[in-house]
Amino acid sequence: MSNPPDIVTGDTEAPALALPAPSPPGAPVDEARRRVHELWLSGTEAPGDLGRFTSEGAQEMLAEEAPPILAAQMGSLVGDDYAAEAGAGSEETQIINMGPQHPATHGVLRLQIELEGEIIRRAKPIIGYLHTGMEKTAEALTYVQGATNVTRMDYMSPFFNELCYSLAVERLLGIEVPPRAQAIRVLMTELNRVASHLLWIATQGLDVGALSMMLYGWRERELLLGFFEKVTGLRMNHDYIRPGGVAADLPDGWEDDVADILAKVPPGLDDYAALLDANPIFKERTVGVGVITAEECRAFGVTGPILRATGVAWDTRRAFPYSGIEKYRFDIPIGSAGDVYDRYRVRMEEMRQSLRLAEQAAAAMPRGDYRSDDLKVTPPPRARLDQSMEALIHHFKLFTEGFKVPPGEVYQAVESPRGELGMYLVSRGGAKPWRLHVRGPSFAAVQALPVMLADTLVADTVATVASADPVLGDVDR
Amino acid sequence: MSESPFDPGTPMGAVLAGLAERFPAVEFSAPLGDPVARVAPDGLVALAAAARDAGCNTFIDLCAVDYLARPEGRFEVVVHLLSMEARFRLRLRVAVPGDDPRVPSLTGVFPGANFYEREAYDLFGIRFDGHPDLTRLLLPDDWEGHPLRKDHPVGSVPVQFRAVEGAP
Amino acid sequence: MARPASPSGLLTTTLQKAVNWARTRSMWPATFGLACCAIEMMATGAAHHDLARFGMEVFRASPRQADLMIVAGRVSQKMAPVLRQVYDQMPDPKWVISMGACASTGGMFNNYALVQGVDQVVPVDVYVPGCPPGPQSLMHGIITLHEKIRSGEITR
Repeated sequence: MSNPPDIVTGDTEAPALALPAPSPPGAPVDEARRRVHELWLSGTEAPGDLGRFTSEGAQEMLAEEAPPILAAQMGSLVGDDYAAEAGAGSEETQIINMGPQHPATHGVLRLQIELEGEIIRRAKPIIGYLHTGMEKTAEALTYVQGATNVTRMDYMSPFFNELCYSLAVERLLGIEVPPRAQAIRVLMTELNRVASHLLWIATQGLDVGALSMMLYGWRERELLLGFFEKVTGLRMNHDYIRPGGVAADLPDGWEDDVADILAKVPPGLDDYAALLDANPIFKERTVGVGVITAEECRAFGVTGPILRATGVAWDTRRAFPYSGIEKYRFDIPIGSAGDVYDRYRVRMEEMRQSLRLAEQAAAAMPRGDYRSDDLKVTPPPRARLDQSMEALIHHFKLFTEGFKVPPGEVYQAVESPRGELGMYLVSRGGAKPWRLHVRGPSFAAVQALPVMLADTLVADTVATVASADPVLGDVDR
Repeated sequence: MSESPFDPGTPMGAVLAGLAERFPAVEFSAPLGDPVARVAPDGLVALAAAARDAGCNTFIDLCAVDYLARPEGRFEVVVHLLSMEARFRLRLRVAVPGDDPRVPSLTGVFPGANFYEREAYDLFGIRFDGHPDLTRLLLPDDWEGHPLRKDHPVGSVPVQFRAVEGAP
Repeated sequence: MARPASPSGLLTTTLQKAVNWARTRSMWPATFGLACCAIEMMATGAAHHDLARFGMEVFRASPRQADLMIVAGRVSQKMAPVLRQVYDQMPDPKWVISMGACASTGGMFNNYALVQGVDQVVPVDVYVPGCPPGPQSLMHGIITLHEKIRSGEITR
C-alpha cells in the first residue's frame, strides 16, 4: 500500500491544477464523512441545518456548568445517578486529557479526547498555553524592530516569518529589494525548510518509536544551524531578513559552506529513507492513519504538506511567487492518500527540492547590494557614521523612530514548511503597525486535528499529531 | 499582474464580476491589486457562501481590527478566502459598531472559521451569532478584558533594576 | 573528597559530599519544553552536543520520575498553573533551571500574556540567558547547577 509521491513537473510554468470539482451546495454528502463531521458537533446552540460541516461545541468541564447538561453531553460517567438520567448514551465514553505537558504533543497542545474503548469519538484541541501576545507587541514595535518579534512565532522556521513580514512591509512601502537580497532570502528560507523538516522527521520518528531517527535527525540540522549562525549570528530566531533586504551580506567562504551542506545532507536523507520508507513497522503505524481529504483541508484552510499529501498540487511559491522564486526550477511533490505516510514522503521529497533550490540560488547569486538603496528604510553604511553628521542623524532616526509606512492594508503569504503563512498588515501612516495579524498554518492544522482523529484508534493519536507538524508558537502567537 | 483584477476575461475577473452582479450592495475595490469586498454584517454569510460556490472554497483567515473612532464602525472583521483554480485571494471586510459588536458566524459556510472566530471574540470581544462554542481560545477562561483592543494596555511590567554592590 | 580536620565530624561531611556527588551524576530532566528554547534543549540532548555524558539523556515524561525541571520557553498566563502543578508533582530533591530570556524575566515580551519570569511561580536555581541559549550555554548552566549542588547542603 505504498504511495510514492507523484512528482508534478513543470518547473517554469505553473502546472494546470487538476482539482476535483467542488460538489455543489445541497448535494448529498458521503454518509460516512457526514457522520464524522456531526461527531465534531455538539453544543446546544447550533442550528440543525448548518450544512455539511459543523464544528464542535462546548466540551470544557467548567465548574459552573450544570451536571445534567454535562451528563447529556459527555455521557454517563459524569453524573452519580446516571441510571436515572434520561438521554444518557448507552455507550460508555471516557474523556481523557493529553497535555499540555506531554512528551509527544510537539509543544504545549492540549487534546481532550472522548474515547469509546480504544476508538476516538471526539477530540477537542485546547490551545492558548503559549499565547505570547505577539500581535499586541507588534503594535508597539517599529517596522525595523518588527522582525525580532515575528521571528519567534513559528520558531522552527524563523526565516519564513521574517520574510513574510518584510514582504508585507515592502509591498506597503512600494519598494523592491535588489536581486542579491532576493537570492539570499531564497537561499536562507529554503535551507530553513530543510532544517525544519529534519526536525520534524526526528520528532515524528521519536513519536512513532523509531528512536534512532531522533538521534540521527539532528546530525544534518547541526550543519545547517552552524551555517545560519555564521551568516546571521544566531542559530535560531535570526532577525536577518528585514524590510528592505537582509541585515548583512553573506560572509566570506559561504559558497564552501553551502557546498558542504549540499554534499552532506542528501546522503543523510538517503539514510533516513532507507530507515523508514519501506520499514514495515513504520508503514503499519502510518499508512492509512490520520486521513484527511482535500475538501476537508480546504474547508479548514489546511495547506502545505498536509494538503499536498491529499493530492492537491498547491504551493504558494508556484501560485503567488515571491522573492524571485519563479526563476528557479523545482518540483512540487504530492501524495494521494492523505495519510501520515504520504505526508512523510512529501516532506522527504520537499527537502530534496529545497536543496535543489538552494543550490540554484547559490550558483546564481547575483552581485550587488544586499539591501535596498531606498534611504527611507536603509541605514547608511557604518563607516560613514564617523564621517558624516547627516549619516549619523539618519542612522539615529531609523533605529529610534523608525520609518513611516504609507497607510494601507496588505495580506502577504509565503509557503512555510507547515503551509501558507500569511500576515495581514494594516498601516495608518505611522512608524509602527496599526494591526499585524499572523495567519499561522499550524492554527488551521490543529483545528483540523479532530477530523484526522475521528474514529481512529487512540494509539494513532501521537503519529497523527506529529504528522500535522504543529508549532505552537504559530498557533498561539 | 493584469491592469484590473475585475477584467471579466480572466478567471478571477469572471468570479468577481459574477459576485458583483449578484450583490449590488457590496463595494468591490482592489487596492494594491488584491480584490476587496466591503459588505454589511447581515450580508456576510450570503456573500461568503456565494464566493465559496463560485470557487473561493479555501478558507484562509478571519481576523479583526480595531480602528477606534471611525464613522462606519469601530471594529472590522476581515475574512480572506482563496480560490485555487482561479488563483486569487478575496478579502471580505465587515464594519462592526463598537458597542455590542456582533457579526453572523461563518462556521456554517466554512467550518474552519471556528477557531478564528473564537480568537476574535477572545481578543476583541466581537460576538459571532450562530457560533456553536463561542468561548475564549487563547486566554484563560476567567480572563477579563479583550487585550487586542486599542484601549487595552500592553500590560507591560516596569522592569526593576537592582543596584549591584561593588560593580565597576 | 577532602579529609576532615576533626574526627568528630568525619562521617557527616563525607556523606554530604557523597550524596551531593551522586545527585549531580544522573539528574533526570522533566520534559518542560515550551517554545524555541525547547528546540535548543532537544539539540543539547541530541548526539552533537550530547547530554548523555552528564547522565541526562533520559528526559522523563512523568514529573514523578524527574529531578530537574528545565523550563525552556515562555510561560503564558494559562500555562503558569500547569507549571506549578508539574513542579509540585516532582519529588524532593528537585531543581529548576530557567532556560532562556523569556523564562528568566519575560524576555522581549513584556506584555499581558506572559509571566514575567518563571521565578514568580517556582523557585529557580540557575538562570540561563539567551534567546535561545545555544547548547553550550545550556550545558554551562547545567554544570553551574552541578557546582551549586556539590557545594551545598544535603537537606534542601
